[in-house]
Amino acid sequence: MHDVLTTCVYCGCGCGLYLHEHRGRVTGSSPSRNHPVSRNNLCVKGWHLHEFIHHPSRLTEPLMRKNGRLTPVSWDEAMNCAARELGRIAAASDGKAVGLLSSAKCTNEENYLLQKLARAVLHTNNIDHCARL
Amino acid sequence: MAGLATTFGSGAMTNSINEIENAQVILLIGSNTSEAHPQVARRIFTAMDRGARLIVIDPRRTLMAKRADIHLPIRPGTDIPLLNAMMRVILDENLADDLFIEMRTENFYGLRDMLFRFDLEETVRLTGVDLARIRAAAQLYGRAQKAVICYCLGITQHVCGTGNVQAIANLAMLTGHVEKEDTGVDPLRGQNNVQGACDMGALPNVFPSYQQVDIDDYREKFERAWHASLPGQPGLTLMQMTHGGKNGPLKAMFIMGENPVLSDPVSDRVEETLDNLEFLLVADIFLTETARRAHVVLPAASFAEKTGTFTNSERRVQMVRRVIPPLGQSRTDSDIIMDLAGRLGYAMDYESPAEIMEEISMLAPIYGGMQHDRLENSWGLQWPCWDRSHPGTPFLHKYYFTRGRGRFTPVVHEPPAELPDDDYPFLLNTGRIYHQYHTGTMSRHSALLSREAGEALLQLHPEDGRRLGVRSGDLLRMRSRRGEVQVKAELTETVRPGEVYTTFHFSEMPVNRLTISAQDHFSQCPEYKICAVHLEKV
Repeated sequence: MHDVLTTCVYCGCGCGLYLHEHRGRVTGSSPSRNHPVSRNNLCVKGWHLHEFIHHPSRLTEPLMRKNGRLTPVSWDEAMNCAARELGRIAAASDGKAVGLLSSAKCTNEENYLLQKLARAVLHTNNIDHCARL
Repeated sequence: MAGLATTFGSGAMTNSINEIENAQVILLIGSNTSEAHPQVARRIFTAMDRGARLIVIDPRRTLMAKRADIHLPIRPGTDIPLLNAMMRVILDENLADDLFIEMRTENFYGLRDMLFRFDLEETVRLTGVDLARIRAAAQLYGRAQKAVICYCLGITQHVCGTGNVQAIANLAMLTGHVEKEDTGVDPLRGQNNVQGACDMGALPNVFPSYQQVDIDDYREKFERAWHASLPGQPGLTLMQMTHGGKNGPLKAMFIMGENPVLSDPVSDRVEETLDNLEFLLVADIFLTETARRAHVVLPAASFAEKTGTFTNSERRVQMVRRVIPPLGQSRTDSDIIMDLAGRLGYAMDYESPAEIMEEISMLAPIYGGMQHDRLENSWGLQWPCWDRSHPGTPFLHKYYFTRGRGRFTPVVHEPPAELPDDDYPFLLNTGRIYHQYHTGTMSRHSALLSREAGEALLQLHPEDGRRLGVRSGDLLRMRSRRGEVQVKAELTETVRPGEVYTTFHFSEMPVNRLTISAQDHFSQCPEYKICAVHLEKV
């Protein structure tokens, strides 16, 4: 069992908190005493932050639509299809017919990579996220 | 954010969250702080315990409004005339900071001329707030030495959102309430990393660190760094992408960790757009309403399963650390993007998120001194942080504004796109509640949060309830020009007669079928806060 200091994923306050790990599962959370925002305090969402992580309906395998239904497939098959389709449509339209939505839930590093993928690989500036919502 | 960028030069909180505790006057406008930003509300209450005074501008009697020294119950969508009236009072009563205006700002005369032509009685008629209260609020704010304005989506989600923000910036500059510690203008960001996603250039018009794509110098810099030729035309915004309909501009989309079917206005239009794509790729942790429509769905790792950084509302970049490995076959979004890039013939081989951050720090000047080793051993760093010896910046615009001089931008009232009429007599306002979050992808998978708030409720004034023959818990049919939903009523005096309020957290009651796609011309933020609806008992 160990505790890991990390950052809350709900609102923009950005509380520092510990996630408690026990036998490969995240079992709870508690505030960081000295973190400048949380200062030993969390809101109800922060205290229950761990609950969605192991929810039984988490997606755990890639899905692909076959005969109208989303069916489990291998990573290789899913990624090949994704690369082929995005690549084909981007190339045919010089990037104009491809759009990407990034996420305010993802890390800075992931947002950086996604806009790099859009601009350098798919040749499009059609990238945005929910800042306006 | 466009509003602060044009007036101050930086679209972000000018202060740190903790500085709010030391303010003498706090002006809250368009923010339901105790529900949406609990830690900020806590700072406001601490400040009040120390003697600070609170002014709340909000159409609803929220908890913050009940605690306020002065509550201005404004008619929705009339923030600009109210703020202009406050500024006029400040001018009339000689409360403006002349030295600050002279030394640090430009276009003051543009603002002054507009304010002197301004009719205070007209404001009372538009806003529904009496002049004595406006005057009291202006005096309180104008006389304070340390005053903070906090605003949120109640300001930006209007057709005049950018104008609203500019009016707030004008008020702060007129009284010199920027540039100092414990004093400033603080937009509260709604998502854990919305600031970071903007900083990283997940926007159609800018590279990381707000370097415009259509300026050749910036584009060439990134072309050299990334070894690729880059498009120089700004791209499509979110609404242009998700509301194209059958003949929209896009044929393929990659949606990473968002749920536009629930979060965007006029859901029917979003569904039509997504269903007509040739290819839709979604990466998410749950099978969201959006993922259900995809051709390929990739299982992503949650924040507990990856390492990286988030940037909070006060520009603090801090570490997110891996607690457990990705569940099942899921992968982190960085692994997914790198794999995809590789298959598309572009090598993205980063050993670790730390290496990605190294590259960011070289290309994004405001993140210049931010590397994981520095962030690991601190409570994070606040941008701008120019190099490895820079300590970060707790408050912005000290000595000079990011754009040089702060620019006064006179703005006038712009009426909402759709107001109640005989057919649709109620004004619908939407927002969040304490126990749930956004489209509920995370919070509705939490047992306790769903127990506390498991369904959508429509706040309705008891007077309206009596007229419609509705009691708390009764089912209502709510209809707008765009769609219809059924929702349970909650009679409360939080809202005023003629106005109703509900949340967009619940897929069973997709309120964005009703909302309007009218949007601000500059920021293209949709007007979630005002549309007209009709109510009847089921």
